[in-house]
Amino acid sequence: MSESILKVENLNAWFGPVQALKNIDLEFSPQSVTALIGPSGCGKSTFVRCLNRLHEEVPGASAQGKVILQGKNIYDVSVDPVLIRRKIGMVFQKPNPFPSLSVMENVVAGLKLAGIRRKSILMEVTERSLKQAALWDEVKDKLNQPGTSLSGGQQQRLCIARALAVEPPILLMDEPTSALDPISTAKIEELVVQLKKNITVIIVTHNMQQAARISDKTAFFLLGELVEFGQTSNVFTVPREKRTEQYITGKFG
Amino acid sequence: MTTLRKQIGDFTRLRYKRRKTLSLWMTFLLSLAAIVACSALFAVFGYVIIQGAPHLTLSFFTGLPKPVGEVGGGMLNAFVGSVLMVFLASVVGIPWGIATGLYLSEYGRGRFSFCVRFCADMLSSVPSIVIGLFVYVLMVKPMHRFSGIAGSAALALIMVPIVARNTEELLKLVPQHIREAGLALGIPRWKVTLWIVLRGSLGGITTGVMLGIARIAGETAPLLFTALNNRFFSMAPDQPMASLPVQIYTYAIAPFEEWNRQAWSGAFVLILFVFVLNIVTRTVLRPGRGSVRD
Repeated sequence: MSESILKVENLNAWFGPVQALKNIDLEFSPQSVTALIGPSGCGKSTFVRCLNRLHEEVPGASAQGKVILQGKNIYDVSVDPVLIRRKIGMVFQKPNPFPSLSVMENVVAGLKLAGIRRKSILMEVTERSLKQAALWDEVKDKLNQPGTSLSGGQQQRLCIARALAVEPPILLMDEPTSALDPISTAKIEELVVQLKKNITVIIVTHNMQQAARISDKTAFFLLGELVEFGQTSNVFTVPREKRTEQYITGKFG
Repeated sequence: MTTLRKQIGDFTRLRYKRRKTLSLWMTFLLSLAAIVACSALFAVFGYVIIQGAPHLTLSFFTGLPKPVGEVGGGMLNAFVGSVLMVFLASVVGIPWGIATGLYLSEYGRGRFSFCVRFCADMLSSVPSIVIGLFVYVLMVKPMHRFSGIAGSAALALIMVPIVARNTEELLKLVPQHIREAGLALGIPRWKVTLWIVLRGSLGGITTGVMLGIARIAGETAPLLFTALNNRFFSMAPDQPMASLPVQIYTYAIAPFEEWNRQAWSGAFVLILFVFVLNIVTRTVLRPGRGSVRD
């Protein structure tokens, strides 16, 4: 087992007075896929949003604890969340391409707003990212059309391409396929497996088969607590915890 | 049991007929109300055309007012004055209004923003003559003269709350997850606000701005004590300045027939301008075009 790329220690998160996460400890190894499963409202989304410090952007929300990225705690007061988010990309549940921006402008938005203006670089990044996101062949002739004109599945892959364009070593995916049809879902699952060669993927999913298909490790959340974390094959076949077994066999949740 | 069902059936049938007739009547009354409301507009427009259009000549746009008693002359001074004051008011009012709207939608939270919003609503419902009086005290008195600048200030004060509230409403239509997508890319919040949120609603915001311009272009009351009027051609912003609405007002209440005729022509031009601006903004720049909504 190689050393972890991201390490979470004693993470707590709140929405106003309500505690959404309780004492989470978790480690992610490089070039792996970790699935986060659990019933709605158990804190999975909050957890991934704590990893790129997006949680605190919600009015009244707060987080405490340590998230160590490459040896540095991202919750240190001296850390600029903007720089963290360039290293930890995110894909959301609902495809959310930027309105009124073209396909290409969407892909390079992160770079462009970081000050990179060279046309040749932007073009190169567009092609690379769209190929990585398995979208290039479908949109190479419509780079100047609005991003919102694509289909739902294409939009989601566009969002993945947009996140990959800034070359983050870690990609968070918050139920990326829950709004998509089975074919688009299959494409994105395949993509995740491909991405693993280079980066670390942390994916929230409600689809247990999906977790079993694509992840190396699985973490089971319940009521804001981490119940179980281990190799996906073990979690799904020989769970240590009774509650995990009950959840994955459909007894509750 | 069967009798009960039959009774209910009869009752429903009876009611159904009554309901249908009532519904027809109500639909008729509502349509009538709508037609009356619209016909008021057509009546005004039609009357202004009949009265104003026949006397419209080129010299009306290019000429200056002639001395009383002489036929002819135009309102060039008023056109130039109006354009200048509306332009100056827009230069101040549009950025100020958009900035306020941005604050309210993106950064304003809690009691202070509630107050700002409330004040903006109050300000836009203050009678425009009161705005004129306010600017009179604030600018005309200390400067000891009526001026185009004072007129522009009064118009800007009317424009700011309109643009601000419109901008706020439009920015609020941008879903939260679009902002989060920007933040998650490592884009600083102010850039997300400017280049993603604002840019995405530019069409709608422009519409609000244009409607604001149309509104102040036709304002008379706030100019009466601020820009006053000017019978001569003047582009000096620190001097009294003519404007189309005030010129119309002056000419309309004057006891000279020639002036009355020109007032109608001026009214026709003004109404045409506002009309065209409204139609163009509402058809070409429909709010929401190019922006995403859930």
